[in-house]
Amino acid sequence: MKAPGYLSVVAVVAALALVPFVTSSNVILNFLVIALLIALVGQGWNVLGGYGGQYSFGHAAFFGTGAYTTAVLQVQYGINAWPGFAIGIAAGALVGAVIGFLSFRSGLKGSYFALVTLAFAEVLRIVASVAPITGAGVGTLIRLDVRFEAFQFQSRAIFYWIILALVALSLVIVRMIENSRFGARLVAVRENEDAARALGVDVMATKLGAMTISAAITAAGGCFYAQYYLFLDAGIAYGPWISVEALLAPIIGGVGTIYGPLLGALVVKTLGEAAKHVTGTAPGLDLIIYGAVLVLVVGFAPRGVAGLLERLWPRRSRAPARAEEGKSRD
Amino acid sequence: MQTAIIIPAILNGVLMGAVYALVALGLTLIYGVLHIINFAHGALLTAALFAVYFCFRTLGIDPYVAVLGLAPLFFLLGYALQRFVIGPAAHGEDSNILLVTLGIAVVIENALLYVFRADTRTIDVPYGFSVIEFGGTFLSVPRVVGFFAAFAVAGLLWAILALTDTGKAIRAVAKEKRGAELSGIDVAHIYAMTFGLGTACLAVAACLLMPSYYVNPHVGNAFVLVAFTIVVLGGMGSVPGALIGGLFAGVVESLCGFYLGESLGQIGIFLMFILVLLFRPTGLLGARA
Repeated sequence: MKAPGYLSVVAVVAALALVPFVTSSNVILNFLVIALLIALVGQGWNVLGGYGGQYSFGHAAFFGTGAYTTAVLQVQYGINAWPGFAIGIAAGALVGAVIGFLSFRSGLKGSYFALVTLAFAEVLRIVASVAPITGAGVGTLIRLDVRFEAFQFQSRAIFYWIILALVALSLVIVRMIENSRFGARLVAVRENEDAARALGVDVMATKLGAMTISAAITAAGGCFYAQYYLFLDAGIAYGPWISVEALLAPIIGGVGTIYGPLLGALVVKTLGEAAKHVTGTAPGLDLIIYGAVLVLVVGFAPRGVAGLLERLWPRRSRAPARAEEGKSRD
Repeated sequence: MQTAIIIPAILNGVLMGAVYALVALGLTLIYGVLHIINFAHGALLTAALFAVYFCFRTLGIDPYVAVLGLAPLFFLLGYALQRFVIGPAAHGEDSNILLVTLGIAVVIENALLYVFRADTRTIDVPYGFSVIEFGGTFLSVPRVVGFFAAFAVAGLLWAILALTDTGKAIRAVAKEKRGAELSGIDVAHIYAMTFGLGTACLAVAACLLMPSYYVNPHVGNAFVLVAFTIVVLGGMGSVPGALIGGLFAGVVESLCGFYLGESLGQIGIFLMFILVLLFRPTGLLGARA
């Protein structure tokens, strides 16, 4: 047991990687690209919210910073998209570290932390909607240039594998966190901050580390979004929609679990698509369902889809214990 | 010369601030008693604005008359939401309440989008554009009405809290929930009553706002952070704090809009919000925790 838990990551990613060989339907691939994008953004939220217990309502701040950095560097400064992608992630992480430093230093937690992150995201949205460098109200359009060097691809499958690779990377990072002392400290802070501090955990450093990793992962989603859609405006990049999707996926999938965001994103996006097929392209209907599912999950399945699945198929390690328990009762 | 422009900007800010104060009154009441952050507050305001719009356009009822029906209706809506949705689903955990109210906000906002589409709508009441002169400044009549009504509602709220049995129970629950429960107060009922009162405040705010404002499914978002700002600024749960904070926020927005341009007006409020949260989270008037 040198590397506990990585086998399942490899299996899940390998299975998903085969999808483009099974179907070449652009509709299905596009659907999966979006679901994986939300899974990535949600995984970012999950590191801070799920493992660290700090519920952010403003992950759009990181998503938008990643997206705008990649786009603006290309459009305004002619910097290639590949380094732009990396700079975008770094910029998102930096914004996360700054917001985290300011908020945690002031001891903001719970609802206050949610509010202050939301406010930061809104300030960035308003600034982006008037600043000339982002194209203000018109938005930023990345020139169509379908070449590998420009991070633009003819085939959806390539985009799919790239977002899958990013999701895979995020899964590995989360697994590493789970297996590390940092992860243990993070969970300790989530469960009881004062007790963790009394045991010698540097609470500030732990939270700040989680926030920076969280912001970087979510910013990667933003960078990918910019390359995939080639268009941004303030409402897309910094809008509340992405903050909501970022927390929806892990909470519905299973908060604080490695596969929660992926499961949640697939469930949520499938529900949204199903709703569109039943009623046609009515605006808002998918979001009505998301909101209702959110309330239902919080009310009835606090451990999300992952918790429900576990109840149906208990983990093998636990199964014998339960079987014996059952026998002794007989 | 400069003051001739600034004074109207401040006066208009004060008038807008009174409406903000009304929205914040409901939020601060709910916070003060239930100790929860109601993220659905903005969406409920949007719903109330659409209700006013519907009353005027379809039923031909003037907004100032509609308040008599809408305030009780939204009281019932708020009561039902807390009693049958938020309370049971949240299992008493703060983070759950955040998520449940967020979920409700998403549902309401998008249900309105589904029904009314994204168009921005207004109503044209005969007095919509009438103005009165005050100290050399022309002020919009609906806004002036809103200003005085905000104080009337705050007074009414104070009277309910101070003089009625329900008000006493609400204050008891806010101070000491367990003790109130032990002396026979139905806490779930009082929570729902409080949520209902807070929601009714929104209906009143909507009726006062609509003659000089507009509505679209996302309009509540603009108010929700402003209202949170005011609640934090005035000290969580403080009624006079919400009034003063509201007027202050209105002036800040108006002056920022004046100096930085219309679209940047709200940025002053949000920056103020961040600064207050970071440096004085108990509010300007609140006691140190």
